[in-house]
Amino acid sequence: MELARLPLRRIGLRLAEGIDSTLLVLMLALSMLGLLALFSASYEQPARVVSQVMNLAVAIGAMWLVAQVAPQTMMRFAVPAYVIGLAFLIGVALFGDVVNGARRWLHVGVTRFQPSEMMKLALPLMLAWYFHKHETALKLRNFAVGALLLIVPLALIARQPDLGTAALVGAAGFYVIFFAGLSWRVLGTLTGIGLAALPIVWGFLHDYQRKRVLTLLDPTTDPLGAGYHIIQSTIAVGSGGLWGKGWLNGTQAHLEFIPERHTDFIFAVFSEEFGLIGNVVLLVLYALLVGRGLVIAANAATVFARLLAGTISLMFFTYAFVNMGMVSGILPVVGVPLPFLSYGGTALLTLFIGAGILMSIHHYRKLVQT
Amino acid sequence: MRGSEIRNSEQELQQFQLRVGIAGVVVIAAFALLGARFLWLQVLQHDVYQAKAEDNRISIVPVTPNRGLIVDRNGVVIARNYSGYTLEIYPARVKNIERTIDELTEYVDITARDRARFRKLLAETRNAESLPVKNRLSDEEAAKFAANRYRFEGVEIKARLFRQYPFGDVASHVTGYMGRINQQDQQKLEDEGVAANYRGTDYIGKGGVEATYEAELHGNTGFEQVEIDAAGRGIRTLSRTPSQAGNNLTLELDMRLQQVAEIAFGERRGALVAIDPASGGVLALVSKPGFDPNLFVDGIDPQYWAELNGSPDKPLNNRAISGLYPPGSTIKPYLALAALETGKRRPSSSIFDPGFFDFGGRRFRDDKKGGHGVVDLYKSIVESCDTYYYHLANDMGIDAIARFLGPFGFGSKSGIDLAGEFAGVLPSPEWKIKRFKQPAQQKWFPGETISIGIGQGYHSYTPLQLAQAMAMLATGGTMYKPRLIAHIDNPRTLERRDVPSEVLHSIALRRDNVEFIKRSMAGVNKEGTAQRAFAGATYSAGGKTGTAQVIAIKQNEKYEEAKVAERHRDHSLFIAFAPLENPRIALAIVVENGGFGARAAAPLARTVLDYFMLGKVPAGMDQPTPEDEAASGEEDESD
Repeated sequence: MELARLPLRRIGLRLAEGIDSTLLVLMLALSMLGLLALFSASYEQPARVVSQVMNLAVAIGAMWLVAQVAPQTMMRFAVPAYVIGLAFLIGVALFGDVVNGARRWLHVGVTRFQPSEMMKLALPLMLAWYFHKHETALKLRNFAVGALLLIVPLALIARQPDLGTAALVGAAGFYVIFFAGLSWRVLGTLTGIGLAALPIVWGFLHDYQRKRVLTLLDPTTDPLGAGYHIIQSTIAVGSGGLWGKGWLNGTQAHLEFIPERHTDFIFAVFSEEFGLIGNVVLLVLYALLVGRGLVIAANAATVFARLLAGTISLMFFTYAFVNMGMVSGILPVVGVPLPFLSYGGTALLTLFIGAGILMSIHHYRKLVQT
Repeated sequence: MRGSEIRNSEQELQQFQLRVGIAGVVVIAAFALLGARFLWLQVLQHDVYQAKAEDNRISIVPVTPNRGLIVDRNGVVIARNYSGYTLEIYPARVKNIERTIDELTEYVDITARDRARFRKLLAETRNAESLPVKNRLSDEEAAKFAANRYRFEGVEIKARLFRQYPFGDVASHVTGYMGRINQQDQQKLEDEGVAANYRGTDYIGKGGVEATYEAELHGNTGFEQVEIDAAGRGIRTLSRTPSQAGNNLTLELDMRLQQVAEIAFGERRGALVAIDPASGGVLALVSKPGFDPNLFVDGIDPQYWAELNGSPDKPLNNRAISGLYPPGSTIKPYLALAALETGKRRPSSSIFDPGFFDFGGRRFRDDKKGGHGVVDLYKSIVESCDTYYYHLANDMGIDAIARFLGPFGFGSKSGIDLAGEFAGVLPSPEWKIKRFKQPAQQKWFPGETISIGIGQGYHSYTPLQLAQAMAMLATGGTMYKPRLIAHIDNPRTLERRDVPSEVLHSIALRRDNVEFIKRSMAGVNKEGTAQRAFAGATYSAGGKTGTAQVIAIKQNEKYEEAKVAERHRDHSLFIAFAPLENPRIALAIVVENGGFGARAAAPLARTVLDYFMLGKVPAGMDQPTPEDEAASGEEDESD
């Protein structure tokens, strides 16, 4: 109605409404660094970079939409999203081969583990909703139910098998439970049981999964397989030195020593070319991003918003930590992309939607208080 | 009250903020740990890694092993390798793939099929470095491209090994074929922990012994340390850990016999399984129509794949192990044996056959109008008298029948070394209870037993099971596990591993009973239903004809009118063994929609047995190819 006569400034203001500039700037900075590394990893040919820019545009659009949605509205999506995600996971378990074989999924570039990707957000939503509903009197029983809500999808993902994603989704669920206030005593006990159960878990691992852990301890045992990844990415990081070899000058990346250099191992490319300085910049950016998220969580209005914001922030942290740890050889090789830097639309979409949720929580921090 | 709630929630908020604080500390600590790791790698150990990166002009290149050969029992080569040049594109390095291919056609003949195949590969493959756009370059094409290589960034010529099947579609269901490693295969390789051994390998066995013995055939991948220049091109090889070729497989199969059988089938659909009764070795295993596995080697193009997959003849199905057919009258010798063993009949037990058998208000008719007259057990087999077996089945009852047939392998998987075997159905009241949900359908009706007696009703078996049962009868009660592989040879150490014959089980049968049945089956060929097919045979062979009704065509299948009629015709079956004393071959044949057993399947058996027993090559079959020559003439003496 009025729009036509409105000056651009007003439109800009409307667009910016609900957008947290701190978060956005940090994410864009990270994404820019990612595009630089991607360009270098793509033999300096821009096609893949262009495609990533489009992914980015889509992701930012999705973030904006999500940021407009009030947290109370999101709560209504919690149960359906979780149920649908779970149904997908069961579908994968029952008809997994069919899903794997469905070619059109590949064409749109959706990864094989689409349902588990969805669970990365759906599970925290569900748990946050559940604890919010029972906020007045959280008992141990509620935590038990929460754990059940967590374990079912987790088991489904783990038996696909995709231990990497299972660990990430599991971490997300754990964060919600941790923030919801599970007593230290129980947390301590569970940690103890978990540590004690490690040898048992070892027994259940597939041979190739054991091999990955062993390869971490001594990469030279598997020079053609996973050990090769670790050896080469460690060399890339180490040879980068303090200042790095300079943009487009990384030999490890350009001589094709780094496998998966666009996706999971893009940090090796970045680290080789920008050195320790670049790495520290990256760490600081991630730390600020996570910190901003935690601040939003601390100021959030409702239990739901708090738990969700805290969990999303820690998920950003976890992805960054696990990926960089893997590339620099202190964590086993699992398929986790580096947030905002790795090539790929799905992961980017998940991240920006997560950020959109944070923004919405921040925007509505006062409005909902009664 | 309200006050306490607020206090409570404030307390909660404080607790939450405390935990956020703790989380923040953990984040800082974890990043500090990473920072420390980076400091260690990039500053303190920088010199070490700098040196390594400098030395890292050395690239580790996998050396793919030669795949093991597959030969038949006489050493005739069924699957081998040849090396050829392929033109490969590195999709990540090429800006405009379509245009690059256009430009390549100037030097290399790239057909529309090549393009379609390449597009399919591109869409299906992830993380592959290079993909072939053209296989088997001629020397001229290779030279032309090499001279213009500078124009094509991201396109290279590679030497690769290809699988080749000299016999084309003969025995295609036994050999299987090679296909590109897809995501499922990759996942399986990773699960088995052998993914690293498949670096540099693009193809994997699919179906047949290529798949069953993939682990034997593949071999061990070696690797080369190659010094490379700044552009990543290899300059010289520094060290080499050679690959180890895969093991060679020797089959029990007799490729010439297989060829004779397939030529005898002609264009007809069906299956044949021939087994050495004394060892379980599979001498021939035919499923028609077949397919040419050579077409899969280059990555099959979508059009041909659609043809194979969509054909109503189902050429990709291995009918010999997964086709299910009612046995028809070929079940009669076993029921006759059951009657003798259980004492329900003696050889002299006779009935008068008026041409029908009335039971429960229903009339079961004999094939022969007016009946066979007075029929004893011998005549019941030789003339295939239905009425005799209506009576017999009724006297024995379904439980006794099922109990006796079970050990002959009817309705259970044989355990042959091929994937995709079906179990079929040995009908019994227990089976019916398991098969059907509603109580009304679960009940076994006595009338159903009557048709079981002539091999109709719920019976459904694979040709392999029919052959296995025949072999067991021929040995007088011992069942061997059927197997395609005779031995596995390591080409380097020349070490040989025999795949021994394995007795699955034995049952005690009275020798004179078995001899009587065998004599009756010889009678079938001399003076019975297969008399014409075996006229003039100079060796002794037992046989039994069978005709199986085709129940119905599935509703969702569409055929032209004429074809429907053809496909409603009965299946023609024949089981046989030869010679009468110490049988060396037992076989089962199904010719789909072939009509009477005597008409289609029995003459086919004659052709196959003539070759096996006498070395008689049927008309229409070429003279032996050079490869075969060395081995021919001792076709049944080896091992």
